[in-house]
Formats: sequence, C-alpha cells, structure tokens
Amino acid sequence: MADAFSRRTALTVGGGLLLGGCDKVASTRPAQRAFLGAESLTYRVNRLITPRDALAPEFTGADVSPIFRSNGTSRPGSPDYAQLLGNNFADWRLHVGGLVHRPLAISLDQLKALPQRTQITRHDCVEGWSAIGRWTGPVLAPILRFAGLSDAARYIVFHCYDDFGGTSYYESIDLVDAFHPQTILAWALNGQALPVQNGAPLRLRVERQLGYKQAKYLRGIEAVASLDQVGGGKGGYWEDVADYAWFAGI
Amino acid sequence: MATPESRPPVYRHRLPTRLWHWLNALTIFILLMSGLMIFNAHPHLYWGRYGANFDASWLGIGPTPQGGGELRIYQTHIPTTGVLGHWKDQQGHVQTRAFPYWATIPAHYSLAGARRWHFLFAWVLILGGTAYFVTSLVNRHFARDIAPTREELKPRHLWADIKDHARLRLPTGDAAGRYNPLQKLAYISVIFVLIPLMILTGLTMSPSFNATFPQLLTLFGGRQSARSIHFICAMALLAFIVIHLLMVILAGPINEIRSMITGWFRIPPEKQRHG
Repeated sequence: MADAFSRRTALTVGGGLLLGGCDKVASTRPAQRAFLGAESLTYRVNRLITPRDALAPEFTGADVSPIFRSNGTSRPGSPDYAQLLGNNFADWRLHVGGLVHRPLAISLDQLKALPQRTQITRHDCVEGWSAIGRWTGPVLAPILRFAGLSDAARYIVFHCYDDFGGTSYYESIDLVDAFHPQTILAWALNGQALPVQNGAPLRLRVERQLGYKQAKYLRGIEAVASLDQVGGGKGGYWEDVADYAWFAGI
Repeated sequence: MATPESRPPVYRHRLPTRLWHWLNALTIFILLMSGLMIFNAHPHLYWGRYGANFDASWLGIGPTPQGGGELRIYQTHIPTTGVLGHWKDQQGHVQTRAFPYWATIPAHYSLAGARRWHFLFAWVLILGGTAYFVTSLVNRHFARDIAPTREELKPRHLWADIKDHARLRLPTGDAAGRYNPLQKLAYISVIFVLIPLMILTGLTMSPSFNATFPQLLTLFGGRQSARSIHFICAMALLAFIVIHLLMVILAGPINEIRSMITGWFRIPPEKQRHG
C-alpha cells in the first residue's frame, strides 16, 4: 500500500513538474524566440508556396450558415458610434491616410458606387468554429491605388470603432493580402446591410486568414512602413494583448 | 552453444530510429496536450464545411445544467464529472472547460499559448518526420523491419499472434528480436496513416493552405470535417501510446527502454511452452 502510494505521489509530482515545466519554459527567451521563429517560418513558407492571387475557396448559396454568429464586440459602446448608427451612417466616413499621396474620406454611398465584389466564403474563428456567409463590398486594391501608396508603405492598418477596455480594435495585413482580389470592404452580409453585430457599417474581409484579422466597425485605413508604431508593435489588438500570431493563416 | 542467459545483446534499433522515437515522443506529447487546449476554446465538433454554436454538433464536452460534466457523442451522454467539463483546478476552484489542467499545455486557459506550442512542434513533426521517412527508406528500416512478410499476413499467422497478445504471451528467443505482425501493423498505422492524416487534416484547417491546396477540403469533406477527423486521429494516437506503453511494461521496461536509448536489446530466453 505504502509502496503504491509513494509511486502515485511520485507520478503526480513528476507529472506536475512536467506540466509546470512546459509553462515555465514558455516564458523564457529561447522559447519566445522559437515561437516567433516558427510563426515567421509559417508566414514565409506560406508566401513561398501560395501564389499571390490564389483564391480562398468560394461556396454556393446552399452552403451558407443558417445563422452567422457574432463574436468579439457585438455593439460598440462609444457615443461616437451611437451617433453614427442613429443617423444610419450618413455621417460616417472611411478615412484613408498614412503613407499615401492622396488622403481620402469616403462615404458609404461612395463605397457602394465603386466596383463591387460578392463572395460566399468561410469565416474561421481562431477558436475552431466556421461560418459561411455571402459578403459584398468594394475591392480594397483600387481604393489603395486611388489613394496612391508611397514607396515606403509595407502594411495596411485598419482602425475600428469597437472598444476593448479603452483600446480601439486595430489589425494589419501585408500588401500581398491588401491587394488580393478577394480582399474587400464588406458593407453587406447575405444580401442585407451588414448587421451591427457583424461590424456595421463596414468590415474587412481578408479571406485567407482567421477571424480576428477581419476587422469590424471600420473607421480608418492607414498605410505604414512598419508595425512598430502601431499599438504595442505587434500589428493587432489580439497580437498585442494576448500574443496571437500576426500571420493568422493557420 | 551458448546458454539462453548468456546470449549476447543484439543491436535492435539504429540511431535514426532512436533519435526520431524520442524526438517524436516529445513532439506528440506536446502536440496532443496543446491540441486539447485548442479544443477547449470551442469544445464542439461538426461534420461538413461550416459549424458554429447554432449548428448541430456530433460531439460536445462541457458542463451539464445539473452541475456536472459530460461528454456527448451524438445522443449519447456520458457523465465525466471531475475529469471533463467540470473539474477542479490546482487552487481547488471548479472549472467547466472541456479538458482539465493536467491534460493541457499550457495548464491555465490560453488559446494563444497553446497555438504557439502546437505550431512550433507541428514544424518539428513535419521536419523530423520527413528526415525519419527518408532515412528509413534509404537504410531499409521500413522494408526490413516494418513491412510484414507475406507469411505474417496469412490469417492463420495473424490469428495466432492475436491469441498470443490476448494471453499476454510475448515473443521470446529469436522472435523477440524482431517486430511481431500485430506490432508491425500498429507501427504502419501510426507512421503511414495516423500521423499523415494528422498533418493533412491540420493543414486543411488553415484558411491560407485552403487557397494553396483546396483539394484537401474536398478530400476531407470540408473544414469542420477535417477538424473532427483531426480530433479522432489524435484520440487514436493516444490509444496507440497507451497500448504501446503497456506492451513496453509487459515486455520488460528496462530492456525495452535501454534498447531504444542504446540500441542494444537483450533477447529474453526461450520459455518452455507447455503443450
């Protein structure tokens, strides 16, 4: 009995050390370097093996999820946003700035007058669930070309109205994704104006990445040379607060 | 003729096999436990292209309204209070996540942390596995040690091996120096079926890899099906590991573990079989 007990104790202690070990290792510098190295390897290999304009799979109307669930913020709480919503976004403007030759402030009607793309695509949350929806909106590339990116621009940052404890949501993508034919600014979901819970009036669709890259409640687009000056320097809200990978292709 | 006790040890596992075994043991252990943490972020599985909270899941793990925990597979509810869906953490607080702290990496809830471990070691699995695969083709480990002979695949032979395993009668003498037929089939399933399926279904869950190679989505019947198959294969690997460790213990753990560290294996002496 005593023998069995001590063996069980030994196993428990050993297992505990092993488990605690992994968590301790994770916070060391070499482990952090290894994690970031793996993320960077995944990003580079992905860019190497995937043609620039390779399309995310598109589906048919029969594949659309009966209910497209909301995640993250379902209604931004700021008075600014409430006012814009109260006026049905007539006063809302998308500001395009940063490293561009021609800064823009575009109204919803102007966005709808641009060449549109409708795509039925799958939204994959980092948590594991997927929902399929039909998105409509102008392609981002012509808007960026019209604004005229300066040669120094490397990333496009998206600034949002949703508020996470005093911080506005933000995300960023590289120019490969920014100029991808399926990267659109969606103002409609399943043929209806984008519901508030899904990001009204406008959200980003960057179809080869996970859900947290699909910034909702857009207010501005900024071209930058580096992500160092954006938020905490990692390129996105969840990247900065919780160490989610900036490249969310997997 | 040498007496059984004085038989010299045989060189059973070559260096590439031993290196891959231990690297892979660590890798699978980390992938499995970080994978369980990733599952905890959304503890439901679906079939098909999409699947989220409002869609019908075929498997779910979580708390019950009665204050316990359960695993549900289709309409079968299996109580798992204390282990899955309702368990106490290290501080004694009740948690209602699917898998408990002792089964996950990290021990505390962190999807981002689990993903970091998972994708770092996914690279180790792919690079280490590729090196092992190429080496084992070149040094003929697959052909000489793993591939069953025509004789071994005969039903009569397989049935005899099943009966031996069922009676826990393990090979002795020369037969202990090579893999037995069921052992070979188990290793083949892991090396050529389960691990490749894990990698492929894992890649099928990647939205960027879907653009690179959309055929995988067709092959597995959609992203949520791929996620389900990924989970099922992980559980099959876990079952393999449990049986594998059990067989090591039954066959003589010191001799077996030494052979996987040094390569040298002491042949268990031939037993007198009773008619």
